[in-house]
Amino acid sequence: MALALGGYFTSGSNIFTSSLITVQSWFSSRFAALQDFLTAPRDIASLRQRNSELEAEVAELQAQVIQLQQEVGETEILAALVDFSRANPENQYRAAAVIGRDPSPFLQYVIINRGSNDGILRGMPVVTDQGLVGRVDAVIADAARVQLITDPAANVNIRVQNAEEDASLVGSVTGDLTLEMIPQDASLERGDLVLTSGLGGGYPPNLIVGQVVNVRSLDLFQQATVQPVVDFNGLQIVLIIVNFEPVDINPLVPAP
Amino acid sequence: MRNLIAVPVIILGVMLQSAVISSIKLLSGHADLPLVMLAAWALQEEVDTAWQWAMVAGVLVGFFSGIHWLIPVMSYLIVVALARVFQRRVWQAPLLAMFSVTFLGTVALYAISFTGLQLSGVPLSVTDVVGLLALPGILLNMLLAIPTYAVMRDLARWVYPVPEVE
Repeated sequence: MALALGGYFTSGSNIFTSSLITVQSWFSSRFAALQDFLTAPRDIASLRQRNSELEAEVAELQAQVIQLQQEVGETEILAALVDFSRANPENQYRAAAVIGRDPSPFLQYVIINRGSNDGILRGMPVVTDQGLVGRVDAVIADAARVQLITDPAANVNIRVQNAEEDASLVGSVTGDLTLEMIPQDASLERGDLVLTSGLGGGYPPNLIVGQVVNVRSLDLFQQATVQPVVDFNGLQIVLIIVNFEPVDINPLVPAP
Repeated sequence: MRNLIAVPVIILGVMLQSAVISSIKLLSGHADLPLVMLAAWALQEEVDTAWQWAMVAGVLVGFFSGIHWLIPVMSYLIVVALARVFQRRVWQAPLLAMFSVTFLGTVALYAISFTGLQLSGVPLSVTDVVGLLALPGILLNMLLAIPTYAVMRDLARWVYPVPEVE
């Protein structure tokens, strides 16, 4: 006791404990190796199973992310459309999703998922929050076909805001919009806003159509190319103005 | 009874055309899946219902489209007629026949559509139609021809199984 308290056993006990630790470590490592050897095959199998479960979970979550991203996109579009309808309370709107396009490349039509069951009638104007899209051309119970203003057979009476000039807007097979029958004395400029005039009764007035991008002078009239405000290739959701009744002026047109 | 397979297959083809293929554009043209399906179907030797398929496809496309229904019906009947002629003449090279029918059928479709729309008063520019619609459309139809031919050949073998010779 006196020797221990005096520190004379310190070096001896150090040698002893370090030997013990070495032996203990050796036993421990051997045991761990043996345990690995005995349990490894079962662990690999369970790890593989767990891995496949996690992979399935990741795939499911990725699908959910894509779906949510799509829903976010649709919600943003709907929010913009709601803002638009609030800003234009004089019209009543019905939203519809674009579910198809015309199978013929000659024509520019889209198919929407609202029809006569939803109060949609032929001739009703179709818009987005950006501007004019077209008008309903044919209706069945739960779907309708919309003729876009870019269709080669479409004809919209418009006015150029700054020039205070009326003209006729026609589409084409390529989807380009052209202003025709503009008098030579009209002063059109690049950037002028093009709005519906309401003449002819086919569309309500003051719907935005696009902007003039260039003006050409022909023999009798001027012609201008219009950049539409609506992205017709990316149409997803549209609004149908359901309280607008188009006027049929055909009986007033003199027979040739 | 097996002839009724035309209805769901053509409906599926027209729906795919309207929802997907019409949105995949090259310049302003796009492929015509019902036309390529009909060409591939009519080229199968054992098939005897191609004319009915053409009628169903034409009426359905006319229903979906703003174009007059007679235009797709006439065009698709011409495609089947071409396929029948080529099937007899170049039967040893089915892919060559498929490409030929697709090419000529697409040209016929565009010619009939152009004429029909001109007659109904739709202003069309020949240059735009040829350069921006017809040529890209022909190219895309040719690209679609090989996979469609393989699918329709398998469908024909399923609908008209060849009896085993002992």
